[in-house]
Amino acid sequence: MAIDNIWVFAQVSNGAPTTASLELVTKAHSLGGSVGVWVAGDGSAVAAALGAHGATKVYGVDYGSNLAGAAVASAMKSVIDAGDSPDLVMFPQSYEGRDVMSRLSVKLDRTVLTNNIDIVASGDSVTVTTPIFGGNTLVATTFTGGAPYLAAFRPKSFAPESTGGAAATVQAVSVPDLGATGTAKVTAVHVEETTGPKLDEADIVVSGGRGLGESAKYELVEQLAKLLKGAPGASRAIVDAGWVPYSYQVGQTGKVVKPSVYIAAGISGATQHMVGMKGSKNIIAINKDKEAPIFGIADLGIVGDVHKVLPKLIEALQGR
Amino acid sequence: MNIIVCVKQIPDPANPGALDGNNALKRDGKLILDESDSYGVEMALQLVDAAGGGEVSLVSMAPNSETAGLRTALAMGAAKAVLVSDPALQGSDALTTAKILAAAVQRLGGADLIIAATESSDGYTGTVPEQMAEVLGLPSVTFAKKVSIDGGVLKADRQTEAGYDEVTCPLPALISVTAGVVEPRYPSFKGIMAAKSKPVDEVKASDLGVTPVGWDGAGQKITSVTQAEARAAGEVIEDDGEAFGKIVAFLEGLKVI
Repeated sequence: MAIDNIWVFAQVSNGAPTTASLELVTKAHSLGGSVGVWVAGDGSAVAAALGAHGATKVYGVDYGSNLAGAAVASAMKSVIDAGDSPDLVMFPQSYEGRDVMSRLSVKLDRTVLTNNIDIVASGDSVTVTTPIFGGNTLVATTFTGGAPYLAAFRPKSFAPESTGGAAATVQAVSVPDLGATGTAKVTAVHVEETTGPKLDEADIVVSGGRGLGESAKYELVEQLAKLLKGAPGASRAIVDAGWVPYSYQVGQTGKVVKPSVYIAAGISGATQHMVGMKGSKNIIAINKDKEAPIFGIADLGIVGDVHKVLPKLIEALQGR
Repeated sequence: MNIIVCVKQIPDPANPGALDGNNALKRDGKLILDESDSYGVEMALQLVDAAGGGEVSLVSMAPNSETAGLRTALAMGAAKAVLVSDPALQGSDALTTAKILAAAVQRLGGADLIIAATESSDGYTGTVPEQMAEVLGLPSVTFAKKVSIDGGVLKADRQTEAGYDEVTCPLPALISVTAGVVEPRYPSFKGIMAAKSKPVDEVKASDLGVTPVGWDGAGQKITSVTQAEARAAGEVIEDDGEAFGKIVAFLEGLKVI
């Protein structure tokens, strides 16, 4: 046996596969063999884009107002039971990805390895790499027991590349009877409007942390981000404190960003935060405490008060 | 309204983590209640209050019969706990952990609602709550940031990449809650004293009928541990009132302004 049938759980946003999904499809294609991609809806609208990144087949699951977890995992299980069984299933480390892989893991009685940044297939063995302790240490873990192997990957672990492949064939899969597990229903969808570039795609990110002192001062971060045509971000501490929505969070449990320039204002550099931004090309940190861990990875560190440095910086940039 | 909260006792995150000889996270020192779980405990206490009766129970898995973190949650107001403590559990993967915790839930006779954090602060695999829901055959709402119960139906705002979804779900159900969803109370002196005599039912994996567990049950094997390439620190300067100029020059050098 080799790893020659790979599935990817992909997500669609505004009618197109998300970048994180295309990253996984590209990587799956590079491992060899056929690549089947699971998406919500009938799948035909994204068959060309997925095919161009190496997908050979699209499994479309229309699960309506169900949550993805139970619905997609049950649909995957029904296809596996019918004889089309993958050797490996790759998931994005996202809300939906986590739910689907967890449910599938129990249905198949297989372990699931999460938070990975790399994967190597050799013969019928699959090994994934996971960063721990804020990324200081890399752990390689090999699946034991039988396939399918289930693995989730952090965004930006791979580069999405076009393979020039033809549109993938589409197979519609219906959702089996979910029983009690299908009784959670989405009744309304709310999109939090943001202006400017998206946090995980912006070339410049300005993030604020507890050092700002109070929620009103987050405005400084937003002003600076706007002046630099970047996106504002936040540490977990101020998201937990309710200063900004969760969608602003950079870190282990938030978004992974790799901009050209990352400015950390009033952020000490907890492991939780650093793992989400240490891949940035250039890091500027402003913090009162000269012992703050963030200075250990900053290209330019300013030991100072964000309330003094940020207004002057904003003024200087406005004057240009 | 009876609610069970899954809590984890973890090494103090203020201390740097380390691996033991088996490449498992070292957990031999004092363990504390994972802060992420304090939100679930608080939410459970509030929901039971709002329902006008019932109690909050805890389930946990930990080595060495450790109860320090459980006592914190009991001091907040939980009534009792089931602690699964068994050397055989060392090395267990998330799936085994979910099976163990699900069996502990059943040992308590189930509940109207089971609450967990979205992930632990030490291992952060992030799959255990949804795996437990599947083992127990329950509906689930993960990443809930606002929760209420009305007439046996749970309503929650569930975090999404773009914003949030409103979700309804009949009970019994399982939810995972994000940090910051409620403000956890500090245990009172009276609560701390009372917690000392609250029942903690300590059991082994074999008592729960879950096999195999530990390294044997894990569908994974760690093959290497290496140090990542360190990122070098650059220039660090003290602000003398003009440090903003350094930032401007740095940005100019990168041609981003």
